Amino acid sequence: MAETNIINTDTQEKTKVKEQVNTDYEVRTEHSMCVNHSELDRPLIAMLKYGLAGILFGIILVKSEVISWFRIQEMFRLQSFHMYGVIGSAVVVGMISVFLIKKYKLKSIEGENIKLEPKKFNKGQIYGGLIFGLGWAITGACPGPLFAQIGTGATVIIVTLLSAIAGTWVYGKFRSKLPV
Amino acid sequence: MLEFIKQPWPWYVAGPLIGLTVPALLLLGNKSFGISSSLRHVCAACMPANIPFFKYDWKKEVWNLFFVAGIIIGGFIAFNLLANPDPVIVHPNLSAEMEGYGITNYNGIIPPDIFSWPQLGTLRGLVMMVGGGFLVGFGTRYAGGCTSGHAIMGLSNLQWPSLVATCCFMAGGFIMANLILPFILKM
Repeated sequence: MAETNIINTDTQEKTKVKEQVNTDYEVRTEHSMCVNHSELDRPLIAMLKYGLAGILFGIILVKSEVISWFRIQEMFRLQSFHMYGVIGSAVVVGMISVFLIKKYKLKSIEGENIKLEPKKFNKGQIYGGLIFGLGWAITGACPGPLFAQIGTGATVIIVTLLSAIAGTWVYGKFRSKLPV
Repeated sequence: MLEFIKQPWPWYVAGPLIGLTVPALLLLGNKSFGISSSLRHVCAACMPANIPFFKYDWKKEVWNLFFVAGIIIGGFIAFNLLANPDPVIVHPNLSAEMEGYGITNYNGIIPPDIFSWPQLGTLRGLVMMVGGGFLVGFGTRYAGGCTSGHAIMGLSNLQWPSLVATCCFMAGGFIMANLILPFILKM
């Protein structure tokens, strides 16, 4: 027990030191899964390929009907396998891909070593996860589908998106007072 | 070929394609797949308000904004050029339940009986569009990711905190859809 305490204080102190350093990268990666790990300074034009990837991703979201409010309702009522099949097979393909990238130490097409940082656990993943789940079942959309829905011409979803941005802002404003 | 694409895609086609987004972004330029962070970058770019959480160089994550802009364009292309003209086919139990709330229109991607500009003026529409959106934005950032970042990217990289997050997403969704949403839909 005493030993655990010592270790705990030690990690706390390390975190404190880290907070003091607070480089831009650390702030950016804080509470974020999706991160630019690249250290290259790329011109804006090079970003277009991510736009193209987004276009393909958006088409898949619409054509598979995962952006349908009804599909999400079916999922949470266990009335359809569709969403479980989509997410499950996506995870399997993603896992195999990441495994192969690590195994063969693949580089990006820009010649960089591919970097994947481990994620630290905090209680935000529980509280925030539950809050997001509540919202997901109401809107029938996680952030990706919100953008795709707007693309399909559902302009009123811009309101939902702005509200989601407001939610993110309020989180940022009060995060030091929230339990983690 | 085009006829084939125009049908709704089954899960075993769409799921693996979504999964391939993970290696695609890593190979294109060392980017970890995820979408909810784009909301944070918008905050950092438009209204940082001296909040430490938004004080970073958002231009370093501008790829993420290009990616979500692409999703909007992709949605436009899929809906206008590759659309399936038939209404969404849903489980009979769901359509029976929805009929009780006056939701009968299955045309389009989102039910216009709930999500439309006129509905924004009703209490139900306001709670669902504005309230729901707020929970999505607040919750994803508190959790550090959404379905793409945690459930797909995080699990692909075997991160157990992402498994915890994913289970909580599902738990929240089950609670809302089965226990709370019926009251909201009755409003």
